[in-house]
Amino acid sequence: MSPVEEAAARPVTETEPLLRVRGLTKHFPVRTGFRGRSLVRAVDGLDFDVRPGETLGLVGESGCGKTTTGRMLVRLLEPTVGTIEFDGRDITHAGRRELRPLRQDLQIIFQDPYASLNPRHTVGRIIAMPLQVNGIEPPGGVKARVQELLEIVGLNPEHYNRYPHEFSGGQRQRIGIARALALRPKLIVADEPVSALDVSIQAQVINLLRELQRDLGLAFVFIAHDLAVVRHFCQRVAVMYLGKIVEIGDRDDIYERPQHPYTRALLSAIPDVTRLGPGGRIRLAGDVPTPLDPPSGCRFRTRCWKAQDICAAEEPALVPRAGGGQATACHFPESGPVAAATGAPAVADDAGPVADDGTAGAGAADDGSGTTVEEVSK
Amino acid sequence: MGRSESVPSGRPDRPAVPEQRSGEDPYLRVRDLRVRFDTEDGVVRAVDGVSFAVERGRTLGIVGESGSGKSVTSLAVLGLHNPKRATITGEIFVGGRQLVGLPEEEVRRLRGRDMAMIFQDPLSALHPYYTVGKQIAEAYRVHHPRAGKREARQRAVDMLGRVGIPQPARRFDQYPHEFSGGMRQRAMIAMALVNDPDLLIADEPTTALDVTVQAQILDLLADLQAEFHSAIIMITHDLGVVSQVADDVLVMYGGRAVEHGSVEQVLRRPQHPYTWGLLSSVPSLHGDADADLVPIRGNPPSLINLPSGCAFHPRCRYADRNGDRSRTEVPELRPAGEDGHQVACHLAAEERTRLYREEVAQVGVAR
Repeated sequence: MSPVEEAAARPVTETEPLLRVRGLTKHFPVRTGFRGRSLVRAVDGLDFDVRPGETLGLVGESGCGKTTTGRMLVRLLEPTVGTIEFDGRDITHAGRRELRPLRQDLQIIFQDPYASLNPRHTVGRIIAMPLQVNGIEPPGGVKARVQELLEIVGLNPEHYNRYPHEFSGGQRQRIGIARALALRPKLIVADEPVSALDVSIQAQVINLLRELQRDLGLAFVFIAHDLAVVRHFCQRVAVMYLGKIVEIGDRDDIYERPQHPYTRALLSAIPDVTRLGPGGRIRLAGDVPTPLDPPSGCRFRTRCWKAQDICAAEEPALVPRAGGGQATACHFPESGPVAAATGAPAVADDAGPVADDGTAGAGAADDGSGTTVEEVSK
Repeated sequence: MGRSESVPSGRPDRPAVPEQRSGEDPYLRVRDLRVRFDTEDGVVRAVDGVSFAVERGRTLGIVGESGSGKSVTSLAVLGLHNPKRATITGEIFVGGRQLVGLPEEEVRRLRGRDMAMIFQDPLSALHPYYTVGKQIAEAYRVHHPRAGKREARQRAVDMLGRVGIPQPARRFDQYPHEFSGGMRQRAMIAMALVNDPDLLIADEPTTALDVTVQAQILDLLADLQAEFHSAIIMITHDLGVVSQVADDVLVMYGGRAVEHGSVEQVLRRPQHPYTWGLLSSVPSLHGDADADLVPIRGNPPSLINLPSGCAFHPRCRYADRNGDRSRTEVPELRPAGEDGHQVACHLAAEERTRLYREEVAQVGVAR
């Protein structure tokens, strides 16, 4: 890795990162047609750090590789290439036995509170499981610890004998959080922890996670597609597109001064309740291309209104643009606050918006060269 | 898009759409709608006395959490409830015709022609065994028995083009699995619009989609509405989507309407504590990111065991201010000051205004 990239991925800090990820890659082999074999490049060379007590948001649309990344971090998936260092130790290919002590420090919260809890186990057993598996006898006994955890996540400690079906979705997610906290981890990977919940419940769980993060000094890798949720939880944010980080930086940099066109488009596409009416926003044409055959050079170029020849020829490196912790992988980064984005020139195309459907294996996808972006300002 | 000229009118027999002015003759009028299901566990009053109207060219957003009755309401309007299991009372006037009590056969003739629905999940709404085009052509021929195969195909191809699907003639012969999520949703919109319905009900049409694709679909619906002058009901839990597309908003809770008014009134000057709670729960892209969200305490109610009185009272911060009324008496939806703004709350109007100004408007997106 070049020194520049190194600097990009690693903000100026005295603290050693708790988690250091370099060149993390996951390729899934798939069959295409009768004989064909090819690779889904789900995650392709990620570099990032998470310091102790820091919250990093991984955001992007479906298929961008954020969930795959989360699963590799907790070693539910084996990385194809790259390294994961946790607390100074390389855990990329740690075996089962080596992983066990590690699991105490590194936990995951899943998206679906209905699928991630065993319906035949009581809540007490579910939360105590990590303790038992690791042979830990907490002072005061397992039951006391379980009840303490239930209380921490805002559930009634008397309910440890109940089964998951007796709880609502929000309460189940709290159970999943209690289980993740049982071993006093240093880092929690939370994969869309609130997206299955109703709005009023979602706010309760976000507040709980914020409180835990503050009180227990936990580091989080928070995976979500909802940028507004991420803004309320994360100190740093990495925006992913087709298996790559296209932009990474502090929260205010990403939300107030995004430099990558994709970040800008993503932010402007979110219907925000503080704005009535359609408003001005960047319309991206088409869908995300298939990771089976990602575009050459910059992967966003097929939907980007600034794309030039160089974007197809050369892949932009994730490098710092404005100094500080913000890095952008773009040949033509934007500058200035978000509002200015609506003044970007519209690209007209007589053929109308051509949308690449990105259907895996269809083999008939358009090459995407005709995609356009229309600018609406009302 | 420039393709619209080639689209033949869905119903040549229909007179030109008369210009509607606001306040006159809404295309859809629902009055005191009640939908009840008898289940083993008890009676579920999924919709309990809901009234609203939608004019042509306007969009009503129905907002609520799971179990609020918003989807049941829309299925009732389309006559899609099984009459053996659901008891429906009240009035549903579509284009001047009362649908409640109408024979199934007649409702079926209206459905798909005068009113159509876009579902949340296009993969389960489209049949995997038939090509997309065939399903759209079929929807056309059902209501145009004299249309030939070729005419129906042409119509379907035009509609696919109209909703922004590239190479519609080739796409006609593809199966749903060959379409991406956004494309499938477009195909379903094409199917819903193939007969130029006057009323379009979209039930969480963009919830399963990524934000950039959601933006495309919302734009498309707005364009099509401007062109066809249809009445749209947008059912969603996403207040952001509502603020973007709706002219009027109906907030539902526990099967009842708790607030109703223009989008300005409901989202800018909300009067019901539940609406306040929703607005302050939503994380926003603006404002103070470090401030805690203000969630609504507790959980949405079970429709089988709805709290007495105001269904929201166990979660309401202000329920105690009315003595026992919130627990004993169901509040009626009453005019709340401004023209057309209605709210179902026992709090006195002056007190609501004061509470909102002094306590609620300070936090969350309500700011």
